[in-house]
Amino acid sequence: MATVQQQLADFPVAEAGGRAQTPFQRFRADFFASRLATVSLYVLVAIILIAVFAPVISPTDPYNLATVTVLDARLPPGVKGSDGITFWLGSDGAGRDLLSAIFYGLRISLGVGVISGLVAVCIGCVVGLTAAYFGGRTDSVIMRIVDIQLSFPAILVALVLLAILGKGVDKIIIALVVAQWAYYARTVRASALVERNKEYVEAAKCLALGHRRILFRHILPNCLPPLIVVATLQTAHAISLEATLSFLGVGLPITEPSLGLLIANGFEYMLSEKYWISFFPGVALLVAIVSINLVGDQLRDILNPRLQR
Amino acid sequence: MSVFVIRRLLQSALVVLVMSLLVFVGVNVVGDPVEMLVNPEADQAEIARVVQSFGLDRPLYEQYGLFLLNAFKGNLGLSFVYGEPALKLIVQRIPATLELALAALLMAIMLGIPLGVFAGLRPDSKVSKTIMAGSILGFSLPTFWVGIMMIMVFAVMLGWLPSTGRGATVNVLGIDVSFLTWDGLAHLLMPALNLALFKISLVIRLSRAGTRETVLQDYIKFARAKGISNARVVLVHLLKNILIPVVTVIGLEFGGLIAFSVVTETVFAWPGMGKLIIDSIHSLDRPVVVAYLMIIVLVFVIINLVVDILYSILDPRVRLRDVKA
Amino acid sequence: MAGTGPTLRVEGLRTHFFTNDGIVKAVDDVSFAVDRGQTLGLVGESGCGKTVTGFSVLGLVDPPGRVTDGRILFNGEDLLTAGEERLRSLRGNRIAMIFQDPMMTLNPVLRIETQMVETVLAHQDVDRDTARQMARDAMGKVGIPSPDERLHAYPHQFSGGMRQRVAIAIAFINKPDLIIADEPTTALDVTIQGQILFEAQKLCRETGTALIWITHDLAVVAGLANHICVMYAGRIVEEGRLDDVLDWPIHPYTRGLLNSVPSQKKSGERLEQIPGMTPSPLNLPPGCAFKTRCPRADHVCDAEPELREAVPGRRIRCFHPHTQGTP
Repeated sequence: MATVQQQLADFPVAEAGGRAQTPFQRFRADFFASRLATVSLYVLVAIILIAVFAPVISPTDPYNLATVTVLDARLPPGVKGSDGITFWLGSDGAGRDLLSAIFYGLRISLGVGVISGLVAVCIGCVVGLTAAYFGGRTDSVIMRIVDIQLSFPAILVALVLLAILGKGVDKIIIALVVAQWAYYARTVRASALVERNKEYVEAAKCLALGHRRILFRHILPNCLPPLIVVATLQTAHAISLEATLSFLGVGLPITEPSLGLLIANGFEYMLSEKYWISFFPGVALLVAIVSINLVGDQLRDILNPRLQR
Repeated sequence: MSVFVIRRLLQSALVVLVMSLLVFVGVNVVGDPVEMLVNPEADQAEIARVVQSFGLDRPLYEQYGLFLLNAFKGNLGLSFVYGEPALKLIVQRIPATLELALAALLMAIMLGIPLGVFAGLRPDSKVSKTIMAGSILGFSLPTFWVGIMMIMVFAVMLGWLPSTGRGATVNVLGIDVSFLTWDGLAHLLMPALNLALFKISLVIRLSRAGTRETVLQDYIKFARAKGISNARVVLVHLLKNILIPVVTVIGLEFGGLIAFSVVTETVFAWPGMGKLIIDSIHSLDRPVVVAYLMIIVLVFVIINLVVDILYSILDPRVRLRDVKA
Repeated sequence: MAGTGPTLRVEGLRTHFFTNDGIVKAVDDVSFAVDRGQTLGLVGESGCGKTVTGFSVLGLVDPPGRVTDGRILFNGEDLLTAGEERLRSLRGNRIAMIFQDPMMTLNPVLRIETQMVETVLAHQDVDRDTARQMARDAMGKVGIPSPDERLHAYPHQFSGGMRQRVAIAIAFINKPDLIIADEPTTALDVTIQGQILFEAQKLCRETGTALIWITHDLAVVAGLANHICVMYAGRIVEEGRLDDVLDWPIHPYTRGLLNSVPSQKKSGERLEQIPGMTPSPLNLPPGCAFKTRCPRADHVCDAEPELREAVPGRRIRCFHPHTQGTP
């Protein structure tokens, strides 16, 4: 008998027994196991803080016409302006401090990306859950639409909509939502389909709970892991898409200078080697997108049940 | 095989029909069709003429029929800016865009597959890690910004490559192409690389994942146990297996290349249909926008169709499934 | 071809895997030999190192695994010191291997013909047509009807049994001196198992090919092998002539294995079993690896038993062998 117990003690049981962690603790430990992901998360938090507190931490208010002067236009990085303020990253064509403009730009870029993402998640959840839960005709019609939409690149869908709708913050959010909802719908449907056939859903049905309650209180929480991963990566995509559309001049109006618009503004000074006006906003955009992507990759690795040890 | 092709053809036709309906609704229900199709500066007589020719005074379903009929005849209105048929303008620009997209596709395949397979075969080597870091960057870098930086470095600072335009073109079978002259090639290199960057990263990832999965398969070990050369194991046994998913994705992504050429063409002033659509959106040249939409839908449907057929040729299992079905 | 001596002699082979979690001694001091026309049964539970032994002979152990010690003499030539190119020229030519799962061994996207012909072309200086002819003959020999048609098919158009026949045909196509068959019948139906066994046996007799038959199933070796080696946790624990070992297993593990075969017992009689499971290869107990499951184990077993000749012609690794008493 002793031998059998020894056997058990040698085996994974010991590991599980020694690790009396809550799922969240294990999740956190897994996440911070990768140094790259840890750094990315810190960078991402810093970027979000910058975006939220842009008006507080910016050296100057780049959109206050009283302080911005054309005399300071196109100063290279590190040069002092007429107010005695140092333009650490140089100034743009209108004499604005580029660092401050980038802080404000991050605010707009992240804001548009996150808001459109949230709306798209909501729509995608409802559509995906509906398709999975009711199945049959409802499902095939919905998924047909999703498939057709997904066969067109997001940038094209957004471009077409903006061509019809015109510029504006609301318009670009609509365009980004329309371009993204199908990804979420597909993700939610796929995991909801798996959940739908499990016993606990059967049990809930037997209790005669309402459809809405079963869907949102029982099935949805179990679909969250893949949804979180897709949402993270899609947000990076949305930010990049917004920047691209704004650069093309079909996205945000000049009154809402996101990073994409800042880069577009610097484009005309490119040929005279005034690189910084486009370069630094691009670096900010890049850092934001890379850090979100890396965090998303790590989330996918630890939330993917196929890879779980 | 023919059953397979016919079924896919019917599906494609259906998608085109649905999309034309959506474009029609977009133009006629969401927007004001008269505003969409008639030059804002047109007089009353011109408006009446367009209303008549597009049947805008008739019931919606009849209008849709007419829209389809006109579209079939290639009549999608006159460009406000150029005064020419919108469709003709787009069609003229297609070769430039196709050339750019094909060049980018070629780069993605020629660079992406070898790099990805290498990274998959030696996942722990320094070179592989560099390749993968590069591909993460390639995924995250916004295309337009990379394009600007490329112009900055290679055209402005180093002066090696021209920054805009197509350069000297040669007329082959009635189509102007750039890649047959040195000047044209120099003009093509940067935009094509810019457009390809994202796809190269994608192909690297796919090839690497495919390679890592495939090398663990018994049939690779069995092939090695047969004593055939390593080159043959990699180039025949491994490559043919990973090519299936890679080709599918590359094929589907060809549409993405055409869509993203909008960005690259704008940055590099490449005279393709992507630049035309952006210019047309800016100048409110709506007939051109509508025509572009219809063409792009058609292009995408054709691409999806071709990919499906290619896929079935490459993977014997798909063929069989379809015969049985 | 070397005249005297066995076709394959393995001496003190050690193949270890250097993983992040520690060293796995998949094969640890394994020695055996097979003669021309003879069949050696390599028996043991899954994970005991049988397959890795086979791959070591072929030089196909992949990182993090590595052969760390020993000699593998094939017709007198040490394969461990041979270069990669020399090994490649032997693989599939003089030494062939048949894998466990026929559904996985053939490349799904290549025609059967391609996969057979390339095996010939890699080793023989013949033209494609001759190679094709050889492939056709080989298919015929393993009992595949209408080989011409079948050559053009893809693997997925074959059943598991047919695929294993193809794999056997590929193994025999270059008339090797040695074939290593890694549980080739495990994944198949019982009736097909019998047929495959028969085909393999027939071909070996005809060609004088030495055969190593790796299996966990004693019933399979019983009808096939001349000699068997029983492996446990990377080591050979008992070795001897087939009949001797089956009639009177000396090592407690072999005894346990035999007793857990249902056919050995009268119906209604309680089936004996070996308690517990194979220890984790990362975490082998010191001394005899079997002591945690062995009914005879005591403190002596904390030392490592050496392989010794307990009875003439029988070598075992045990302090408490069943050398006395009833079989």
